[in-house]
Amino acid sequence: MLGKLSWDAIPYDQPIPMAASSVVALVIIGVLGWVTVKGYVPYLWKEWITSVDHKRIGVMYCFLALVMLLRGFSDAIMMRSQQALAFRSPGYLPPEHYDQIFSAHGTLMIFFVAMPFVIGLMNFAVPLQLGARDVAFPTLNSVGFWLTATGALLVNVSLVVGEFARTGWLPYPPLSELQYSPGVGVDYYLWALEISGVGTLISGVNLVTTVLKIHAPGMTYMRMPMFCWTTLAANLLIVAAFPILTATLAMLLLDRYLGFHFFTNEAGGNMMMFMNLIWAWGHPEVYILILPAFGVFSEVVSTFARKPLFGYRSMVMATMVICLLSFTVWLHHFFTMGAGADVNAIFGIMSMIIAVPTGVKVFNWLFTLYGGRIEFSTPLLWSLGFMVTFVVGGMTGVLLAVPPADFVLHNSLFLVAHFHNVIIGGVLFGAFAGYNYWFPKAFGFRLHEGLGKAAFWCWLVGFYVAFMPLYVLGLMGMTRRMQHYDVPAWHPWLLVAAFGAAIITVAIGLQVAQLVVSIRRREELRDLTGDPWNGRSLEWATPSPPPAFNYAVLPTIEGEEAYWDIKQRAFERLQLRDEPEYREIEMPKNSPTGFVCAFFASFMGFALIWHIWWLVGVAAFGAFATFVVFAWRDEDEYIIPADEVARIDRANRASRRAVLEQMRTAAR
Amino acid sequence: MPAEPAGPPRRALVLLAPLALAACQPAVLDPQGSVGIAEKTILIDSLAIMLAIVVPTVAATFGFAWWFRASNTRARYMPHFGYSGALELLVWSVPLLTILLLGGVAWIGSHDLDPAKPLPSSAPPLEVQGVSLDWKWLFIYPDQGVASVNELVIPAGIPVHFSLTSASVMNAFFIPQLGSMIYTMNGMTSQLNLVADNPGEFLGLSSHYSGDGFSDMHFDVRAVPAARFEDWVNATRGKGESLDPGTYTSLARQSIDVRPFTYREVDPQLYQMIVTQKLPPGPGPETGQPDRTVSPRTEK
Repeated sequence: MLGKLSWDAIPYDQPIPMAASSVVALVIIGVLGWVTVKGYVPYLWKEWITSVDHKRIGVMYCFLALVMLLRGFSDAIMMRSQQALAFRSPGYLPPEHYDQIFSAHGTLMIFFVAMPFVIGLMNFAVPLQLGARDVAFPTLNSVGFWLTATGALLVNVSLVVGEFARTGWLPYPPLSELQYSPGVGVDYYLWALEISGVGTLISGVNLVTTVLKIHAPGMTYMRMPMFCWTTLAANLLIVAAFPILTATLAMLLLDRYLGFHFFTNEAGGNMMMFMNLIWAWGHPEVYILILPAFGVFSEVVSTFARKPLFGYRSMVMATMVICLLSFTVWLHHFFTMGAGADVNAIFGIMSMIIAVPTGVKVFNWLFTLYGGRIEFSTPLLWSLGFMVTFVVGGMTGVLLAVPPADFVLHNSLFLVAHFHNVIIGGVLFGAFAGYNYWFPKAFGFRLHEGLGKAAFWCWLVGFYVAFMPLYVLGLMGMTRRMQHYDVPAWHPWLLVAAFGAAIITVAIGLQVAQLVVSIRRREELRDLTGDPWNGRSLEWATPSPPPAFNYAVLPTIEGEEAYWDIKQRAFERLQLRDEPEYREIEMPKNSPTGFVCAFFASFMGFALIWHIWWLVGVAAFGAFATFVVFAWRDEDEYIIPADEVARIDRANRASRRAVLEQMRTAAR
Repeated sequence: MPAEPAGPPRRALVLLAPLALAACQPAVLDPQGSVGIAEKTILIDSLAIMLAIVVPTVAATFGFAWWFRASNTRARYMPHFGYSGALELLVWSVPLLTILLLGGVAWIGSHDLDPAKPLPSSAPPLEVQGVSLDWKWLFIYPDQGVASVNELVIPAGIPVHFSLTSASVMNAFFIPQLGSMIYTMNGMTSQLNLVADNPGEFLGLSSHYSGDGFSDMHFDVRAVPAARFEDWVNATRGKGESLDPGTYTSLARQSIDVRPFTYREVDPQLYQMIVTQKLPPGPGPETGQPDRTVSPRTEK
């Protein structure tokens, strides 16, 4: 009846996961109870859960990322403290638990923090920047988000019911095959990523179509903001690379469930094929994460330097070159497999060539700063922190691309330090810059600047203190994923790294405080103008938060910096453009399709993991029926009357007019 | 209002300074064989080439950000400065030239230091067959007919040619002070050539995660003078069990934290039988039925 599932699945004998999961359960019950008592359920259902508005979905993606960041970071704290304690001692985490923690940490941080964070920012900002009313496929967008949430849910369920994978964030066979990992951990990993991978692919298709096809009049490709270009590149990569991941993991599933031999030791299976396939996805994945962050930095640096982005065409070119080259370097993840000198050298050189367009980008940001009038706001601080940190991370990355250097550094803590250097210093700093930058657009009030800056400095210092020692440890021959060790020289460095993690804990605490304080003081932080940073791209033309339809009348774009041009013209004439003629607007109706579909997908994933075959059937049928019902809908749009559109737009115009009035008074 | 962004470089320097100290430790910066020395040289040369461009970039970031701060009235504001052909040429050519140089280093280095390439030496290399097991290392000396577990004794100054495979899951064979690591995989042989220039004791380890017993999968490497190596072989021949398919099968079971020991004789076909899977791959965890097991642990 319940397949492999029994009461043994709950790890009563392990205090740490039990304590952690009871706290999490209490928090969830508390929040659900509070929401129900306060009567927020109908609001949440109507305005958020069933919403197909790209802005709401973008916010939910970012929220998911922030919550999972807390979970992934608590894993990081456990790893750092374990390694700090485990010198000639077993520490406090036995191997079977420690191995789950580093596997969960990597999986969560890449798939359920970094990915949803950048996808959330793209979802939120790109249609606004393009002058579009929504993404190309709004309901599909909602499905994509909820399937991602299903994946995150399954990974977290593994904390209480059963176990998570003990195979690292990429489950290399044959360790991940049934013979060496007979438990459900690897199955949790595989089904979580199969389901959320579909969600990511959907999101990729959606955003590629949006950037290519849905523009305001006059928004030609070469007038799109840089963030739209990097979004296009990242999502082209998603569309090309994620099917590889899904297929590779499906092959491993076939090995585990149906006795196939794609990657087994026996019967002609080959683990080297898995490594090639997983990195054929894995390396583009790195650029899927970093390219949107590059886009955020381009927007932020240009906005706060009060200048156009330097070398826009060069930046577009660099972005698309990275997009193409990212598929030609995957072998540098396993130079130590013994492929031979020619193969290693060619992939090493290809990897270095990618550093050229990346270097171009750094220089172009540098020259964007040159001649600027720089305002050191929180988003700009994150960008400057990125530029310095990322250059160091890029350098160690190119070092690892030199095969003979990789022969002594591969899989060491040097490698761990390198990819945290680029993922924290690049992707996460970019996500935080974007979060501080677009928050006022999403909610109508700014985030607290003082706490934001304090959080930035703690993150920056904490990052260097936590990860520079890891470079040293790598050079000292310490390999990654060690549960304990006997080498005295490693110990002090691991203590320093643990101290760095403590500083980052403070930074994250400050970020939580920043959000709480900002919400409480939202009236003083209120942004009435819709353009709190004196922005240059189109999203700042809308009120904050923007109405469901984004633009009352689609603007006509006449230059590379759409809103800056409009503003300059208004400043010259000291008056707004004439009021347009308002028409009614059709917008897509909310739909529970995504949520219901993910509801069934969650049960299906869980049932597949535990071999509860009847439930697999029921859930698969439920998910399919949801789509049938959606496909048979009669009405899929609702109409916002012209009066309502006019009312909202006139309020927006009034706030802009007030700014002009102030200028006029100042001019006298 | 502008916060002073002058912290990180100094902090980074302070943190990187102990790199010099790290050289006294069992480390890739303190290599004890020609392969490791060459790799260290390449590592440092590549780093130097890149620092030549990275340091000015970081300095310029701080410099530009500070000088062009909004409150600095002496800085010239250029609100329309968004393109310059000369600068574009510079920003593309500087990284390109750096990579051209570094690419040359990578090409030459990859060929010189290919792990499968025999090392130049007047003496013929010592043959060692290494097998990674769950979770220990087996080293077979085919010409001497002995074997050891979690202990590798080699003659100093004479190149060693390793044939490496795995009895179960993937691992990587790595002696940080001697140089190159390489993966071990079941059903395949990886080639590796290393040499210890002088007698010494080094740490060897698995540098590819292989399961619960992974952290204890390290081994002692002792490079001894050639004469002492003969003594060790002779002493080893006189004690311990003999390694044949039977004893190998019990060795292949999962075990953690295995103390070093030796075998007095070895079936000459044993390594070949492991690589060709005539001896089947290691059995994996022993506890529990797959249907009921939730968190299988290794029984010791």
